[in-house]
Amino acid sequence: MAEFIFTNSYLLLILPLLSFVIIVLWLAGKYQNPAELDKTLRCQNQINDSEETQKRADDFAKGPKIAGLAAILLATLNALYGLGLATAYYQHVLAQPEHYPNRTLVCFDLAWLNFSPGLTANMGIYLDPISVMMIVVITMISLLVNIYSIGYMKDDPAFDRFFALMSLFTFSMLGLVVSSNILQMFVFWELVGVSSYTLIGFWYEKPSAVAASKKAFIVTRFADAFFLIGILLVSFQAKSFDFLTLNLPETAALLNQSIVLGSVPVNLLTLATLLIFAGGWGKSAMFPLHIWLPDAMEGPTPVSSIIHSATMVVAGVFLTARMFPLFSEAVGTLAVVQFIGSFTAIFAAIIAITQRDIKRILAFSTLSQLGYMLFSLGVAKISLHGEMGPGLNSLGYSAAMYHVFTHAFFKCMLFLGAGALIHAVHSNDLMAMGGLKRLMPKTYWSLLAACLAIGGIFPFSGFWSKDAILLAALQSGHYVTFGVGLVTGGLTAFYMFRLFFLAFHGEARSELHDVHEDPWMTFSIVALTIPTLGAGLFEHFFAGEMVASGLAYADHLSHPLWLPVIASLVGISGIGLAWGFYGHGRTEKADEWRQWFGPVYQLVQNKFYIDEIYLFITHRIIFQGIGAPVKWFDRNIVDGAMNLCGRILQLGGKMVRLAQNGQLQFYLGVTVLGLAALLFLAS
Amino acid sequence: MNGPFLLTLIWIIPFVVALACLLVPHDNHRLMKLFSLVGNLINLGLVILLTLKFINVAGIAPAGSDSSASIFHFAYKTPWFKIMNIEYNIGVDAISVLMMLLTAIVIFCGILASWEVKQQAKEFFILLNVLVAGVYGVFVSIDLFVLFMFYEIAVLPMYLLIGLWGTGRKEYAAMKLVLMLVAGSAFILAGILGLYFESGISTFDLALLSQVRFSDSFQYWAFPVIFLGFGVLGAIFPFHTWSPDGHASAPTAVSMLHAGVLMKLGGYGCLRVGMYLLPEGAQVWMGFFLVLVTINVLYGAFGALRQTDLKYITAYSSVSHCGLVLFGFTAMTFTGLKGGVLQMISHGLMTALFFCLIGMIYGRTHTRTVSEMGGLMKVMPFLSVAFVIVGFAGLGLPSLSGFVAEANIFVGSFANTAAINRVCTVLAVLSIVVTAVYVLRAVNALVNGPIAPKFSLLTDATALEKVPVSILLFCLFGMGIMPGWIIELVNGAIKPIFNNLSR
Amino acid sequence: MTLSHFIILSLMLCAIGVYGVLTRRNLIGILLSVEVILNGANLNFAAFAHFRAFDPTAGAVFPIFVMAVSACEMAVALAIVISMYRRKKRLDVYRLEELNG
Repeated sequence: MAEFIFTNSYLLLILPLLSFVIIVLWLAGKYQNPAELDKTLRCQNQINDSEETQKRADDFAKGPKIAGLAAILLATLNALYGLGLATAYYQHVLAQPEHYPNRTLVCFDLAWLNFSPGLTANMGIYLDPISVMMIVVITMISLLVNIYSIGYMKDDPAFDRFFALMSLFTFSMLGLVVSSNILQMFVFWELVGVSSYTLIGFWYEKPSAVAASKKAFIVTRFADAFFLIGILLVSFQAKSFDFLTLNLPETAALLNQSIVLGSVPVNLLTLATLLIFAGGWGKSAMFPLHIWLPDAMEGPTPVSSIIHSATMVVAGVFLTARMFPLFSEAVGTLAVVQFIGSFTAIFAAIIAITQRDIKRILAFSTLSQLGYMLFSLGVAKISLHGEMGPGLNSLGYSAAMYHVFTHAFFKCMLFLGAGALIHAVHSNDLMAMGGLKRLMPKTYWSLLAACLAIGGIFPFSGFWSKDAILLAALQSGHYVTFGVGLVTGGLTAFYMFRLFFLAFHGEARSELHDVHEDPWMTFSIVALTIPTLGAGLFEHFFAGEMVASGLAYADHLSHPLWLPVIASLVGISGIGLAWGFYGHGRTEKADEWRQWFGPVYQLVQNKFYIDEIYLFITHRIIFQGIGAPVKWFDRNIVDGAMNLCGRILQLGGKMVRLAQNGQLQFYLGVTVLGLAALLFLAS
Repeated sequence: MNGPFLLTLIWIIPFVVALACLLVPHDNHRLMKLFSLVGNLINLGLVILLTLKFINVAGIAPAGSDSSASIFHFAYKTPWFKIMNIEYNIGVDAISVLMMLLTAIVIFCGILASWEVKQQAKEFFILLNVLVAGVYGVFVSIDLFVLFMFYEIAVLPMYLLIGLWGTGRKEYAAMKLVLMLVAGSAFILAGILGLYFESGISTFDLALLSQVRFSDSFQYWAFPVIFLGFGVLGAIFPFHTWSPDGHASAPTAVSMLHAGVLMKLGGYGCLRVGMYLLPEGAQVWMGFFLVLVTINVLYGAFGALRQTDLKYITAYSSVSHCGLVLFGFTAMTFTGLKGGVLQMISHGLMTALFFCLIGMIYGRTHTRTVSEMGGLMKVMPFLSVAFVIVGFAGLGLPSLSGFVAEANIFVGSFANTAAINRVCTVLAVLSIVVTAVYVLRAVNALVNGPIAPKFSLLTDATALEKVPVSILLFCLFGMGIMPGWIIELVNGAIKPIFNNLSR
Repeated sequence: MTLSHFIILSLMLCAIGVYGVLTRRNLIGILLSVEVILNGANLNFAAFAHFRAFDPTAGAVFPIFVMAVSACEMAVALAIVISMYRRKKRLDVYRLEELNG
């Protein structure tokens, strides 16, 4: 059985791809041409009115929900396959780690791009603890989000397209996490970027969505360019793309040399890992490349839920973890990772406090949590080979992965819940909500669990993973980072419960019509409470099995008891503060305080004007400062030079033309003179 | 059918089609189009047959891994002008076969795309077929003089095709294009004659010339002459300005063929004549040309950023992408050369599809100004999706052909450890960001956003129009997902050139 | 009479002809002057044939040939001149300059 699962592991990718292809083909067949349809109807004189036409087209587009059901069927199969793979991996690989170096099993590897003899990029499936964990997370969440979307998207004319693109995303994301080499990862990295682009711009008639999709793609693409340079650098040195080779100590040793860039001496290892991390920097939307993520919330909520919180944005964390043995050797890079992570964690949390758009709050919260994961990686240090040396601290690594796991579920649920709220009030604005507790009890209780989880309250999942992260920071002696983590925890609890109270408690602040809980949507939300409540049970797995040579978790459990107590107290005080300001859905007290803060509040609410700075850079500097001059230069200087050549030739022609005056006798006269001159010369 | 006969047949068929069109009454458009279509369909079949035969033969031929002599299969030669030792000398290696395949696909699609030509259709199809015959001729020739002759045959019809059937400032564009290309030809001719006299064996035979070791002083001046001469057609900076105007003014099929195939003659010549015959000259001059083509890559991308006309955007992106072809060559590494060749194929497919789609969209909206369009996804989903996909191919998305080529180019270029190569590689990699900006800008403005009321009754592609688009899309995906066989073929052809360069 | 007399005569004819071609404003006059040049050349041929050639007939062929050709040329030229006259109503060569560059 396990043998079968391993040898056919490519099915994991084929299933979602199949789902994509089936829906697209079905879509292409069914939806030949709306305008054509329109014309046909018009010709039959059935309708004259364009609104009627539109309605017809929309009705036609809605049709039966076959696409959604097909997607769910295949997603279910995929989730089962993912679980099977995880079980097989657990039973075979983890049970006998001695047969599998680094607990890694590459169960499928196919040569794809042959660059030069000895340098080939493969397409493979690489199973190790973190990829197996991601497989489970992605397939599960993908299934639940697909189920949810049946309800969420049921009135959308582009229902089918949505499921096609979601399947494409699942395929790309799974491909990313099982990559056996860095180029394969880059390939799928780009593909998730495109899926994200198409899904953010899903409502392509909405200018803000279109702009957001473009922004997301370009910002991440900017980071990817550096990623690609990093790949080139590393693969050139290591003569390989494979992670197995890249993570060898030999590679680190090979890279650990000083080169001179301009006049600055640089450590090649630090440079290469920084460049690679740049890719994750963009994808995980760390400051200052975070600007695309809040805007990405223009997409449908299920998209925000799976792509922009649970899975795709952790790709940066995953990349860092995947290459962690190499990163471990690069002290400078880890310091950057740690700094950027902790800075973004608190920075995003502060902004989240002031936002009114429910999805943007969650987006900033995602940024903040990603910051947690990254600084946790930044304080860690492991080696997948050799003995444990002094100063090696694998806890941060395990904790980061643990947080990826728990965060995926509770954040996914938060988004799905937010989607349900948006569906109910038809607005993203928190101030338009309120009093939904009575109308949406299931959503209320589920979201409460999620908010408690993200707030780090015992015994919800977030408590365990955050605790591990804080402990890692503390044990490795990074006290500032630890402090930032602790404070951010309080802020997180505060803004999450601000959202919670404003949305559910008090009186309704807008008119509500026909609010109900859709069964498809509620099912997914409620189902997600299980991991939110129960993820604490996996602590052992994450601590013990994540890395081959980590400290036994039992050693970490000897951590001071005051840490979880303090962390919980901070979380609870955040909740208390939120209750004080916004309890019963009141906002008056908060308004007073806002007045008191004045311009500072403005600054934060406008996200520190970073978007504006970017606009300035892109429009004023790149477009007008480079693009326009290049255009001008091309039209006037380069083209002008070419035209000048033409002009000079024309001028020459004009001179010669003067001689050609059409006077026969003048020609003959010149001929005679010429003849005379020749005779004279000849004599 | 034996190989040399097949090769000759392939370039003769378009001529025959042109002659056949000449005999058709001028108002019988249908018959002419049918002739062109059938003729080029047969040719497509023949080229596919040739490719299969080639794979068959090249598979069993000795790998020649250390040889610096290109192996031309299906070779045949017979004297033509004995007095100057000019021979009708044909044969193909993998690069030529792949380029012929590209040509066959693009022209077939191009003829389908120009189904709607009504004005002077007879002359149009005659010239188009003559042009194609010239292109095939270049790819089958081993004799440099014959190669040059075919090259001229391919370039000159362009003047009439753009000048008569174009749009906008067509006469200006046509004149500029032809004058610049002919100026390039003058350089090429000078270079070829130099090779002929300097070799000491008075031959134009590429295979023989490749074994001659030219003196360094000769190579020093001949290499830039030849490289620049062909480079003009490959739109090398600063001799690229014919390209935006030319492409923007040309009718759809001509843009497709010109950007898709004809520009590749430049890269082909640079590699086959310039770098292969004059390796020492190449070594000396590469730094200089590397800088030029890096400017190309960045400059084309930045140039496209502020354009408003869809065809100009595409034309500048062609400048950037063709810059990448030469960029791969100037890396002087095995992978880089291979990447350049792959980029020729990839860009050919991609840009042909780009111009094909723009032609179809323009035929409906009657505007090419980006800001006036929008929301076309609503009324023409097929064309819009195709446009989005080809845009992604342009910005190098994996699973489409562009990535395969660019990955090879960048890996190859990075493998050259010289500092200048490193700097230029980093700059060229960063250009993909700019590419993403202008591609998405065009895509978003065109297919996304609210639809203008005046476009709301436009229709999607007809069944006939879907054929070329589908073929090209299939090829883009095919090359992007299964690049293995193409890479294997190119490897075989690049090896001797690379050996020659590094001897 | 020696050869030099003939040569001088033919030279004078030729010079008169050239002068005429260069100065006459009337097209007919120019054509007549061209005839004078040709006759000068013919005389030269005949003279050399008579005084110097081993076989005088060889030299005599050329004047006959020239006369035949010039007759044809005259026919064509006069036709052009006449049609030109019909078109322009004058034959002043200074006015006939459509072929200027």
